[in-house]
Amino acid sequence: MSTHPATESDVPGQAAEHALVEMVERVRQAHDAGTVLRILGGDTKAFFGGDIEGSRLSIGGYHGVVSYEPTELVVTARAGTRMSDLEALLAEQGQMFGFEPPHFGTDATLGGTVSAGLSGPRRPYGGSVRDAVLGVRCLTAAGEVLRFGGQVMKNVAGFDLSRLLCGAFGTLAILLEVSIKVLPRPSSEITLTGAMGIDQAIPLMNRWARGPLPLSGAVCDGQALWVRLSGERRALEQARAAMGALDQAPEAGFWEAVREHRLPFFRDDRPLWRISLPPATPALALPGDWLIDWGGAQRWLKTDAGAEEVRRSAAEQRGYAVLFRGGDRRGEVFPPLPDGLRVLHARLKDAFDPRRILNRGRMYGDL
Amino acid sequence: MLATAAVDTPCFIAALRRVLPAEAVIAEVEALRVYECDALSAYRELPMAVVVPGRVEEVQAVLRLCRAHGVPVVARGAGTGLSGGALPHCRGIVLGLARFNRILSIDADNRTATVEPGVRNLAVSEAAARYGLYYAPDPSSQIACTVGGNVAENAGGVHCLKYGLTVHNVLSVTFLTLDGELCETGGPTLDAPGYDLLALLTGSEGLLGIITSITVKLLPRPAGTQVLLAAFERVEDAGRGVAAVIAAGIIPAGLEMMDALAIRAAEDYAHAGYPLDAAAILLCELDGYPEEIAEQLDRVQGILRAQGAVAVRVAKDEAERRLFWAGRKAAFPAVGRIAPDYYCMDGTIPRRELARVLAEIAALSKKHGLRVANVFHAGDGNLHPLILYDANRPDELQRAEALGSEILELCVAVGGTITGEHGVGVEKLKEMCVQFSAAELSLFHAVKRAFDPEGLLNPGKAIPTPRRCAEFGRMHVHRGALPFPELERF
Ligand SMILES: Cc1cc2nc3c(=O)[nH]c(=O)nc-3n(C[C@H](O)[C@H](O)[C@H](O)COP(=O)(O)OP(=O)(O)OC[C@H]3O[C@@H](n4cnc5c(N)ncnc54)[C@H](O)[C@@H]3O)c2cc1C
Repeated sequence: MSTHPATESDVPGQAAEHALVEMVERVRQAHDAGTVLRILGGDTKAFFGGDIEGSRLSIGGYHGVVSYEPTELVVTARAGTRMSDLEALLAEQGQMFGFEPPHFGTDATLGGTVSAGLSGPRRPYGGSVRDAVLGVRCLTAAGEVLRFGGQVMKNVAGFDLSRLLCGAFGTLAILLEVSIKVLPRPSSEITLTGAMGIDQAIPLMNRWARGPLPLSGAVCDGQALWVRLSGERRALEQARAAMGALDQAPEAGFWEAVREHRLPFFRDDRPLWRISLPPATPALALPGDWLIDWGGAQRWLKTDAGAEEVRRSAAEQRGYAVLFRGGDRRGEVFPPLPDGLRVLHARLKDAFDPRRILNRGRMYGDL
Repeated sequence: MLATAAVDTPCFIAALRRVLPAEAVIAEVEALRVYECDALSAYRELPMAVVVPGRVEEVQAVLRLCRAHGVPVVARGAGTGLSGGALPHCRGIVLGLARFNRILSIDADNRTATVEPGVRNLAVSEAAARYGLYYAPDPSSQIACTVGGNVAENAGGVHCLKYGLTVHNVLSVTFLTLDGELCETGGPTLDAPGYDLLALLTGSEGLLGIITSITVKLLPRPAGTQVLLAAFERVEDAGRGVAAVIAAGIIPAGLEMMDALAIRAAEDYAHAGYPLDAAAILLCELDGYPEEIAEQLDRVQGILRAQGAVAVRVAKDEAERRLFWAGRKAAFPAVGRIAPDYYCMDGTIPRRELARVLAEIAALSKKHGLRVANVFHAGDGNLHPLILYDANRPDELQRAEALGSEILELCVAVGGTITGEHGVGVEKLKEMCVQFSAAELSLFHAVKRAFDPEGLLNPGKAIPTPRRCAEFGRMHVHRGALPFPELERF
């Protein structure tokens, strides 16, 4: 059993405390002066969300593992800790993040990953980053350090503010520390593939998802279908037999390429849309190229179609579209919220950050 | 929160009758008694009136009326809550949602069900069964409790270790704010744009909005299920067994523990075949393909024996598997038969502290002179010490509460929390002052105001005011600085 408690003599811990004191000071000054702060970890996701102006506040100096207890299935680390370092630490103990975090760069940090709320190909089966968040320590716009949630699996004391901060793009508070649930690595994994178009793949992926198969990934790029199975070897054999004729794919980093947007599909200058839909929704009639992920629930679209058209088409199927990368980022990249929710968003922003200094505009123009 | 001025009761009830059918307004004292408490019956209060509307428009009208008159609103599902969340407000109304009991749709292709808030938890899985699907969160109260109440409490169950809590299994919630505005958060998709209000509403105990419909995720039934019963001579060994199973990389579908007092009570009641001489038993459920289960059963048996299990039995058939669980599921009522009253606690601790905390609880039980039975979700570290007492004996209730309070503070001290799944309600307000600082509590209040500026939705529950904490004399002492410096010390 390996634990990494932060102790008094812990030098990185001291450096981190020093970095924290400076951050608190910067935030208080910005709060007094009404200066907008642009919060960043590794700045690997600068392409995502609204373009914003602001005085840079880096959390990169606030890094290090606070505690890791493999038997508790939880790791607590400072927000500036690199995801690659955390994943290496977990791998040593045969564990992993269930949400298969996309990094989009070697400097990706825990704080940025949680704030952007991004999850990888395993998400429909292993849960999302928000599902895995157990607790946070955060710095408010007024310069106070607060804690919500904790390190245990079940906790309903107080409102669930740690999950509220997840995916809030740093617009409510600055994450300082996050406790995340981890999972044991599956003892074995195989990837199966077969030539198939989207129209055939979507119903098939969803039919599989209705049975007790140990799925952990399902992708179709219009030419071929890839499915990943994770679990005990014997279970994988049984599942494979039930799934019909598919070839075993050479692993060689396929899922990492999907997660990191390194497939040839993504090498294309057209704007990239992320479309979230009920998974069994048939292919949308939009021009462009598709990559279907998450068994149909997350679809990537490379298109020159107008924002209006893309958003409408997604909304008609009870989904929504986000301008993920490229395109015209002067307007909103996230879909407009209905009136009732918009009012609640503005009031929540006011509850956390009344002077609107934290990442204003990173998510929605006025938040 | 807003102190409400007294309203003219007959006048307000007449106004309710104008917007609701006659049978949907209850104002006679005898009929109101039915609603005077939830399952934490030590707290009782009569509301001004109870309304049981049947349509969303009626709920909207009621909320607008309450807002206009400054009348508090306490939502109620089935009233099985264990923390007094649905306890009426003496100047307010209870908004009963039991009539919203329709399953609106089941979408088998997308594996979701959309239900009204008054639908019982078990009814969802029953309706989904013909598609080979089910709704995973399964609180022991599932035959009675409502999905709306589950969302409001973020309820858990025996299978949450592997399949998650309510928050992990709900995709969207439609809710009404006090001004009658209908909002939806989440969607039939795996995520939604904007802040995660879905997570915020889950576990919000009726303080932020009235939930009017819920879309939940349905899961395919596993290919097979098996359960193993392990007996231990020492409670500590069982506690270590739990940590060892998880450490080996196995996540059982359920991992429950019972101590000697609970075993005997459950056995007398349900005849589950539990070993009566054991100090503790673990029930470990594994699911998957039969071969996979067989392999895991072998491993779990080996691990538990290495931690001191003296007997390990695998249910020989489905009937015995059900019997093993029947004992566990009946444990609360079974304990209810061996003492006039019991008080159910709900702290969560890191698994590694199980052995130590159970020993400490035994010591506290001796100190307060009250018996404690333990039956709980061991895999999650979620304790349910049941404190046995007799309300008719002078000061036993107070002693039970004092003992409970010490147990919860112990949970916080070892890095856990005061409530894993039952919520704060009115019961754990005091302990909230131990777990959170004044600044943290005031942010909770700010969030509450963002949804409910008038403070009329379930006022006085879940989040204590700083003044209340000062009165309790329980202080969250953070880095040596006393909180609430602005308040006088008592
Ligand atoms: C024998 C027994 C066993 C139990 N086992 C478990 C268990 O294993 N796991 C577990 O988590 N809990 C358990 N409980 C506790 C309880 O059943 C759960 O908290 C359940 O979720 C409450 O549902 P309910 O419909 O009875 O809600 P109620 O008790 O009526 O209300 C609970 C709270 O939710 C609010 N509320 C209810 N409906 C709405 C709505 N539509 N909109 C907004 N707010 C609403 C109420 O105001 C109140 O604050 C158990 C209780 C008993 C009596």
